[in-house]
Parts: sequence; structure tokens; C-alpha cells
Amino acid sequence: MNEIIILHLLLVFMIIGAFVTVEIKNMLSAVISIGAVGFALSMMFLFLGAPDIAITQVIVEILSLILLIRATVNVDNVAIEEKGESVFSNRTALIFVGIILVFAWIAFHSLPSFGEPLMRVSRFYLIHGLREVGATNFVTSVILDFRAYDTYGEAMVLFVSISGAFAILRRWKREQDKDFLRIDREH
Amino acid sequence: MKGKKQSGMTFIVKTITNLIIGFMMVFGAYVVLYGHITPGGGFPGGVMIALAYILITLAYGRKVVESMVSGVAGSVGDDIGALAIIILGFIGLWIGGTFLFNFLPKGTPFELFSAGHIIIYNLAIMLKVGMSLYIVFLALAILQRVVVTRNENEEN
Amino acid sequence: MTLYFLNFVLLIIGLYALVFKRHIVKKILGVAIMEYAVNLFLILLGFRKSGVPPILMKDMDMATFIRTAVDPLPQALVLTSIVIGLGTLALMVAMAIRLYERYGTFDMDEIKRLRG
Repeated sequence: MNEIIILHLLLVFMIIGAFVTVEIKNMLSAVISIGAVGFALSMMFLFLGAPDIAITQVIVEILSLILLIRATVNVDNVAIEEKGESVFSNRTALIFVGIILVFAWIAFHSLPSFGEPLMRVSRFYLIHGLREVGATNFVTSVILDFRAYDTYGEAMVLFVSISGAFAILRRWKREQDKDFLRIDREH
Repeated sequence: MKGKKQSGMTFIVKTITNLIIGFMMVFGAYVVLYGHITPGGGFPGGVMIALAYILITLAYGRKVVESMVSGVAGSVGDDIGALAIIILGFIGLWIGGTFLFNFLPKGTPFELFSAGHIIIYNLAIMLKVGMSLYIVFLALAILQRVVVTRNENEEN
Repeated sequence: MTLYFLNFVLLIIGLYALVFKRHIVKKILGVAIMEYAVNLFLILLGFRKSGVPPILMKDMDMATFIRTAVDPLPQALVLTSIVIGLGTLALMVAMAIRLYERYGTFDMDEIKRLRG
């Protein structure tokens, strides 16, 4: 029973942190509070019995914070004031969000109750995993032997996205005159 | 009066970086190599090694870290990691009949060399993830001091 | 049951930031919050009350381990998803930096109005 209360408290903390991230005006504060949300998520993964995922989430969160701070620190830190009218008014947005939440509440009742997973496919992985693969970490044996195609696809997606980031950040010689800001670099 | 230009950060940051880099690299290698026994695997370990190089970049400056692992070497390491995954898959196809077949012998559990080809895949993924995140960080050029001057000809 | 619902509220907060904010980095933060919500939903599906993580220790009996282990399949999917999220975040940040160097502002409405 204690575990369930801790999970609820962490999830409420994450919702408050996400709300602070979205509404705050200073951009550096927004990046710091999304770091807090990410670390609380890693603690939730630890309480949910997934230590592999907790390690990966902490490390990826640190790297995301470094990348996001790079995007916000060299320039003015203040967010842009929301002026003018947007396409949907606030009242319409609240009505739609209310309808979605009501339907979500009805839909979540058809899931299996929390804490009793079905495990039809995973029972095969747990029973035959040690004999066919020999690894005692069953998550690694799933991602690198039973479902190795998904890991192969993930490595290729990471390759393509990093090549895309490179292609965007490269600058040609004649484009430097068209840029709005001329940036002088010194080491 | 001008002193000698210091690159990187203060002396305290450099000292702590000296003390902590070895530990980070060894821990990253441990998480990768024992990925089939303890939690971890190729992905967190690769990102840890990339973060070790990023720490050297932040503390000492770009020139020092580019003399250790240059941008070209990082890109080549990235490609070698991706190619190793594909070649090992084709070796599995040739030996076992399906792509990415587990063709190495499975020893006794809880040993380092049990679980077939998982350890080689973890090393290939570590090379790929670590090197690609390192070269993306070099490309974002976080340490260059940006002096911004507006281009006056483009006012209209 | 309320955990699934609170997780859905987190997803809606991320979607609100993506649609209604004008600063590009706020939109990127909204996408990151939505990724957290989706990964958390998958792990919540596989949780077993008073269960052990799916890692076999030296002195565990195999039958009780199969009966009380947490589901390893959603954890494998979420591991892939977290690393792909990092790759897409790097791409989005590169695009945001390039847009700032090209147009001089982070405001999406200004960028939509200036052409070329």
C-alpha cells in the first residue's frame, strides 16, 4: 500500500512540475523544471520495478538538459509574451479538454486492473529465456535476442536523426551573408 | 592589463574533472560489458562515455578534446558501430538461417561470456551511440563565444 | 486506475504546450513532456503489485520468479523509445538554433509572417 501512495505523490509532483514548465516566462527556469520532471520520472521507474529504464532515463535526461541549455543560453532568456488572439479561444479549449478527459476515464476502465498484468507473450520469454539465450537480465535478452529487429531499427533511426542534425547545422559559405545575425566565433 | 588567456573553466572544475573522468569511463565500460547480467546495456553505457568526453570539452575547451578524439575519428567510429551491427546480422543469416541469429555458444549463466552474441552487440551499440552523441555536441559548438552583430543591410 | 488518469493529464499538459505556445523551445518542452507521459503509460501497464524486477539473482527459485516478476516486454519497448526520443530532441534543437540564426527570433508567428 505504501508503494501506491508514493507513486501517486510522484505523479502529482510531475504534473505540478510540468505545469510550471509550461507557464513560466523565463526560459532557463523552464529548462530546469523539465529536468526536475525527468528525474522524478526516473524515480517512478525505480518504484515500478524497472531499474534498466531508470538508469537510461537519468542519463538521457542529463544529455537533454545540456542540449536544451545550449538552445536557450546564448540568446535572450525571456519568453515571448502571448499577445493577440489565438485561433481557438480559451473557453473552447477547456470544453474540448473536458470532453476528452471524460471519455478517457471511461476508456481506462476497460484496461486490466492496475497491478495484474496479462503477460501472455512475456510468459514465453520468461520461461524459455534462460535456456535459449543464457542471459539473466531478461530485458536485455528480449531486446537483443527475441526482438533484435527493433533494436536494429532503433540504431538506424538514431543514425538518421544525428545525420539530419549535422546536415542542418552545417553552413555553406555563401549563406553566411544572408543570415540575419552575423556570428563571429572565437575559441 | 592582460594576462594569459585561459581556455575552458576555472581551476576547481579542471581538478574535479581530472579526478572523475577515469571513474566515469570505467563505470560506463562496466555497464556495457555486464549488460546481460545487471541492468544497463549498450545504450546507457554509450551515453555515459559520450558524457565523459562532453565533460572534458566543457572543462578544458574544444582544442584539447579534439586532440584526443577528433571530429573525423568520432564520425568514423559512428559508422563502424552501425556497420558492425549489420555485418553481425548477416553472419547470423549465413550461419543460422535468420537475420540477427544468435550464433555464439551460450555458456553457464552469470558468467561474462554467456548469452551468445549479446556482448558484441552491446559493444557495437556503445560505439555507435557514444560517438554520434559526441560529434553532435561538437557540432553544436557550445563553447564558442558568440558575438552577435546585426546585419544592417537587411533592415528592409 | 487513477494513475492512468493522472498520466493522461500529463499528456494533455504537454499537448497544450505544443499547440498554444508561441516560443519554439516551449513547443520542444511540450513534446518532451508528451514523451514522458507515453513511456510512463507503457511501464504502468506492465506493473505487478509486490513484484520483483525481471532480473534473475543467484539464489532465486525459477518458479517463484516467473510467478512474481514484472512484465519485461513493455520495458524493452520503452528502452527503445527513450533513446529515440533523445535523437529527435537533438534534431529539434538543431532546427531551433538554425531558425534563430536565420530569422533572428524564436517566435513562431513572426517566422510564419516573414517569408524567405
